[in-house]
Amino acid sequence: MSVILVFLLVIVGFAGWWLSHQRLMAKPWLEQGVIGDIIGPEGSTLPTAKIGLGVFLAVVGCLFALFTSAYFMRMALSDWQALPLPRVLWFNTSVLVLSSIALHCASVAARRGQIDTVRLGLATAGLTALVFLIGQLVAWRELTADGYLLTANPANSFFYLITGMHGLHILGGLVALSRTTAGAWNGTPPERLRLSVELCAMYWHFLLFVWLAIFALLAGWAATFIEICRQLLT
Amino acid sequence: MVDITPADTVPPAEVAEMELYHPHSWWTKYVFSQDAKVIAIQYSATATAIGMVALVLSWMMRLQLGFPGTFDFITPEAYYQFITMHGMIMVIYLLTALFLGGFGNYLIPLMVGARDMVFPYVNMLSYWIYLLAVLVLVSSFFAPGGPTGAGWTLYPPQAIMTGTPGGQDWGIILMLVSLILFIIGFTMGGLNYVVTVLQARTRGMTLMRLPLTVWGIFTATVMALLAFPALFVACVMMLFDRALGTSFFMPAIVEMGEQLQHGGGSPILFQHLFWFFGHPEVYIVALPAFGIVSDLISTHARKNIFGYRMMVWAIVGIGALSFVVWAHHMYVSGMHPYFGFFFATTTLIIAVPTAIKVYNWVLTLWRGDIHLTIPMLFALAFIVTFVNGGLTGLFLGNVVVDVPLSDTMFVVAHFHMVMGVAPILVIFGAIYHWYPKVTGRMLNEAMGQFHFWVTFLGAYLIFFPMHYIGLMGVPRRYNELTDMTVMTESAHDLNSFISIMAFLVGFAQVVFLFNLIWSIRHGREAGGNPWRATTLEWQTPQTPPAHGNFGKELPIVYRWAYDYSVPGAKEDFIPQNMPGSFGSSREPA
Repeated sequence: MSVILVFLLVIVGFAGWWLSHQRLMAKPWLEQGVIGDIIGPEGSTLPTAKIGLGVFLAVVGCLFALFTSAYFMRMALSDWQALPLPRVLWFNTSVLVLSSIALHCASVAARRGQIDTVRLGLATAGLTALVFLIGQLVAWRELTADGYLLTANPANSFFYLITGMHGLHILGGLVALSRTTAGAWNGTPPERLRLSVELCAMYWHFLLFVWLAIFALLAGWAATFIEICRQLLT
Repeated sequence: MVDITPADTVPPAEVAEMELYHPHSWWTKYVFSQDAKVIAIQYSATATAIGMVALVLSWMMRLQLGFPGTFDFITPEAYYQFITMHGMIMVIYLLTALFLGGFGNYLIPLMVGARDMVFPYVNMLSYWIYLLAVLVLVSSFFAPGGPTGAGWTLYPPQAIMTGTPGGQDWGIILMLVSLILFIIGFTMGGLNYVVTVLQARTRGMTLMRLPLTVWGIFTATVMALLAFPALFVACVMMLFDRALGTSFFMPAIVEMGEQLQHGGGSPILFQHLFWFFGHPEVYIVALPAFGIVSDLISTHARKNIFGYRMMVWAIVGIGALSFVVWAHHMYVSGMHPYFGFFFATTTLIIAVPTAIKVYNWVLTLWRGDIHLTIPMLFALAFIVTFVNGGLTGLFLGNVVVDVPLSDTMFVVAHFHMVMGVAPILVIFGAIYHWYPKVTGRMLNEAMGQFHFWVTFLGAYLIFFPMHYIGLMGVPRRYNELTDMTVMTESAHDLNSFISIMAFLVGFAQVVFLFNLIWSIRHGREAGGNPWRATTLEWQTPQTPPAHGNFGKELPIVYRWAYDYSVPGAKEDFIPQNMPGSFGSSREPA
């Protein structure tokens, strides 16, 4: 359970930093009048939707941290046999990086008001994300063809479970992305379009980060890394 | 006294008005509504309905325990199904849904001075997915083999094996699917509650001016958003084990002389995941109750809450600590002694902020102008009950005491007192308190008195004897206790007595439900602010609050939520949106 505890420590640290800016030492019973004039508005100046997405990503991060925790605990048992990762995963990773870069370009272009570049970026991101999903299915097929079936070993089960869960999140992101893309062609007001493109980019970068972490986990580097940390500590 | 802005120079509200969705038809106004107040009522009604099912299930269990061998239809399988569904429904589908989905939806926008939740459409989806989860749960009663009988903790391997009711039928699958749906729906609602508190507070409503109710619900929601994923992971992995034959949790096992295809899995892994959710869940239920009860006590004792800052810090502190105590539910799983020592320590530490809260409630009452209204009665009953349940928690938090008591009725009595009866008392108090705002009419006082006294005294008559028979060694989870040495004649008599009391308390809830329905039409007119309270929900131009909550302009907040009995003020309460300075409220020590 150490992975999830480390993750929660990060969340607690962030929450603590935020709370420390919220005048928790104030004595509200001694203060009357509108405080807002002195210390600024009550909420954050960030768009509400971005904060909503940020909270949601914390929940998604928590989910994958828990899968990782379970992975390490199950891995310690004797019947674990690591499986060879299909080569196509490297290709998928690069495609997903491409997808993230495309969305980043789209959000930069949206800030500058270049609608053509926005459209190009959104379309590229959508297509590359689809290619990533297809690539993941190819990886599944390769593994099953080589006899690494879901139930044969817990390493296999975790591989299908975690990549599947990540794929579902990409699929959900594609729904939002397709709506944004449709909006880019049908003339959504530029302010709104900019916000939705930025939200998509945020989600994509996060899922790319999650994928890189998962990839490291499934390839066994994460375990090696933790082993090194443990030896350094002891 | 720091008077920050003179009253007459206050600029107009500059908080951006949110775009409200305006319903166009009866369907979008009352059924597929995006208004948090309607969603709150939908949540509460659904939770109450499914809660009644769980109440009837507890009667069935008590019939069997109190009068063993009398009722043929309660087979051992049926008994386990009743236990499982009673626990799961009460903890998740009633308490969590009612506190966060019901009270959260109704009170957060009104108390922080917002027009609605920040993502109303997602909020609506949250309710419908919750309803779907409830329907899937109910459908398991009608599935072949009936609902699961695995116990509410659903421990593998027994949860998905043939000997357990529903283990190899539909029961366990429907249970897991229903939980997964519930978590998805809750996440949608939870995002709303958190972001509304962060972003939609009206002008002047700083975090330290929030009523404690909002602090409690807010912190509980943050915890739930971080804890429910653990249950989600556990459910998905168990679903894989059951439906696809993987071995995440399933060890190599022989069933009815046949080797199952599972092997190597770890049931302890499930326990870790389950309790990583399960223990925060206790506080997800308790923190909103803490918050609400603080407001009830302050309002009905006409006195500012004692140690507001301490109360806020304690809520946040309890929320953070509750994530590092989960393994105290697993002392009997054969864990390393140092591990047990660590978790016993954290468990006992959590008693510190909790005790601070209890002291502050009592000190708020001290020399207050206590009105023994029905909400106040329930609030007082909560303090007593929570202290009782909390003290036995200190016993059980120690490994050496827990190990012998773990499988006895003592534990059942403990957790029913602390997370069953105590939060339910707050829910009742809160309903009596806010019902006038929701409907415009007061609940009937006589029926309320009857409901309170029967519920309060009855709960003690049920659970005090249960502690006692637990100490005598009467085990939990057994469906028939006739031929055991611990079951002396007096233990049998006590068991029958407990059962009769359980029927009585259950009957009082029927009176309460009748009161809820009867008073919509026949209750006394309440007016806008019957309790003369300070918080914003009582200052709305209409009662019940109309769509958009606050009429043309959002209120501006000039003070904290607890200006009761301020010396020099005209009345004994000053609403949060009243400008001007009135001398300081009593300085807390």
